[in-house]
Amino acid sequence: MEKKLPTIEIIEKYCKGCHICVEFCPTKVLEMQGFVASVKNLEACIKCMQCELRCPDFAIKVTA
Amino acid sequence: MAKKVAFLQGNEAAAQGALYAGCNFFAGYPITPSTEVAEVMSAELPKVGGKFIQMEDEIGAMAAIIGGALAGSKTLTSTSGPGLSLKQELIGYACIAEIPCVIYNVMRGGPSTGMPTGPSQSDVMCAKWGTHGDHPAICLVPASVQETYEEVIRAFNLSEKYRTPVMVMPDEIVAHMRERIVFPEPGEVAVIERTVPTVQPEQYKPYDTSFGDVPPLAAFGSGYKFHVTGLNKMQDGFPTTKAAIVQAEEERQVRKVDGNVDDIVKYEEYLLDDAEIVVVAFGSTSRSARFAVNEARKQGIKAGLFRLITFWPFPEKQLLALSKKVKAFITPEMNLGMATGVVKGVVEGNAPVHGIFRVDGEPINPGQILDKMKEVK
Amino acid sequence: MAFDYEKYIRPGKLPHIWCPGCGHGIVMKGLIRAIDTVGLKKENTAIVSGIGCASRLPGYMDCCTLHTAHGRAAAFATGVKMAKPEMDVILVGGDGDGTAIGGNHFIHACRRNIDMTYIILNNKIYGMTGGQFSPATPTGAKASTTPYGNPDAAFDIAKLAIGAGATFVARGTAFHANQIDKLIAEAIQHKGFSVVEILDDCPTTYGRRNKFKSVIEMMNHLKEIAVPVKAAEKMSPEQLQGKVLTGVLYKEERPEYTDEYAKVIERAKGAK
Repeated sequence: MEKKLPTIEIIEKYCKGCHICVEFCPTKVLEMQGFVASVKNLEACIKCMQCELRCPDFAIKVTA
Repeated sequence: MAKKVAFLQGNEAAAQGALYAGCNFFAGYPITPSTEVAEVMSAELPKVGGKFIQMEDEIGAMAAIIGGALAGSKTLTSTSGPGLSLKQELIGYACIAEIPCVIYNVMRGGPSTGMPTGPSQSDVMCAKWGTHGDHPAICLVPASVQETYEEVIRAFNLSEKYRTPVMVMPDEIVAHMRERIVFPEPGEVAVIERTVPTVQPEQYKPYDTSFGDVPPLAAFGSGYKFHVTGLNKMQDGFPTTKAAIVQAEEERQVRKVDGNVDDIVKYEEYLLDDAEIVVVAFGSTSRSARFAVNEARKQGIKAGLFRLITFWPFPEKQLLALSKKVKAFITPEMNLGMATGVVKGVVEGNAPVHGIFRVDGEPINPGQILDKMKEVK
Repeated sequence: MAFDYEKYIRPGKLPHIWCPGCGHGIVMKGLIRAIDTVGLKKENTAIVSGIGCASRLPGYMDCCTLHTAHGRAAAFATGVKMAKPEMDVILVGGDGDGTAIGGNHFIHACRRNIDMTYIILNNKIYGMTGGQFSPATPTGAKASTTPYGNPDAAFDIAKLAIGAGATFVARGTAFHANQIDKLIAEAIQHKGFSVVEILDDCPTTYGRRNKFKSVIEMMNHLKEIAVPVKAAEKMSPEQLQGKVLTGVLYKEERPEYTDEYAKVIERAKGAK
């Protein structure tokens, strides 16, 4: 059965590039693209919501 | 029906005046010589469902009355010299955030701890220049127990009408002397309530000048959500550093008072029609001045009294007009020349201004004023 | 499912003013989730702050918000709560604002046990003014005004609150993000004065002066020092060296101030 992928929305104008989401993602889904976070490997996402929870800038929304 | 009459102390009358004006929240901190106000309020407010709180310090008391006012109450604090110094930080806050509240300050000897039980009139400059920044200032200076009662009511009315803090500053003699007082009937003296918004909550802006220089003020917990800050702010209450807005808002706040001087300024003219020597006085000193004027008249000196009831804004227009008709002004006051300096500035050299200053904790007696009249006549 | 934070944030106010990696935003999110959990009504909730970075938080919240003067939040809030006891009152501020210039108001609000929740974002520094030491700065730490190391001792803010009479005291960290809302929700539901201290990071003015190489290192430091109160019970004093207890540290039921004042009103009316 095909795995249903979540949506990870990154609001670039809110992101301040602190790296928290990238570092604390347990499956390394995110990376920095210049000064903002970006999704590198959505397939690896386990929908743990750590990135959304920890983002200090209200810049990440994960929809499972 | 005969009116209710009592024999009261100035401070007790102040508390009664506040209750008449609808004050339902008091926060204070004990300080001589104003503590009786807190004592009366602690007994009387809960009887009418009002709130009394003794705070941890003077600043806290000032903060609490601003918070209470923002939650819709009519609020009062009482203090004296050192307490007024401490309250200045948040008096400025009430000015810029435009929160109505009344500060009753009994003037005692100063600076610092000074003479806690000695009278003084040396806080009048603090009423205008105590807190930093440009801001509106209203300061009322009653001279009797009856007038203390009435001026406290007026202070609440001005505060609500202009959405700004108002100070009432009797000197210690007025605050502690006992006199006959006649209470007005309920409804006899007008009581002004603040203008609250009529717009829907989504449209409400706490500093919306489309309603004029005094925007309506909603209460927290009345369905309106809004932001209040001590920073320079825009009409929606949020901070700004935009030059044009900051300038316009500061000017509007000051204009609320300076543009309504005729409504706020109150004074008494006594025997001024033909007066050549005019005593400008306020508070208990004005009582000595009246006595001296009467004595002078008996001795053929054309003396009169201009009694300040509003100290700020200062009755500049009236004194300037007077200065063109008189030979001299005498300005007795229990400080080293605070009102004297203001009068000198106002009269633009049209007539000499002779001060009589005492800061020794003793009242200025009529004899001193009479002697000065003879000296300058 | 993504949490709808925007329901509680004033439109157009984001991005906020806090620096990259500052944990204040994490705490704000915890506060929003707590408000949502408890079901507070926005128009009936007053959020009050003093001055400083953390004190800018209320401005983002779509509630009745009051940004007061430095240190005075508890005293302003006491006025609001006394005038309208039916309102829910939340205080937010930093360690310097709350325990230095606001220390007196803080301890007396604790003593009165007036029903409010005070969230102290403790980043151990005065951030907004550029990193001067605060009453929470550890001894020896570097700040812009302790270039040779801090000679002062630090407050244990939670202990201070307990000693002063707060009836609910909890501590969390910006690292333990999913605990913040639970602590704050319990604090809001507690009747009385509740203090929630959140250990936070200030990478800009504390971290760089104190050998933290990155935001991540600061966050991991919070993770390392935190010990849940339950776990601490089984640990020796040696094991607890350098650790900080987290969770609900203290809770008691004691008469609440506005309730007590309501009784004063009844007595006064009876005495008439």
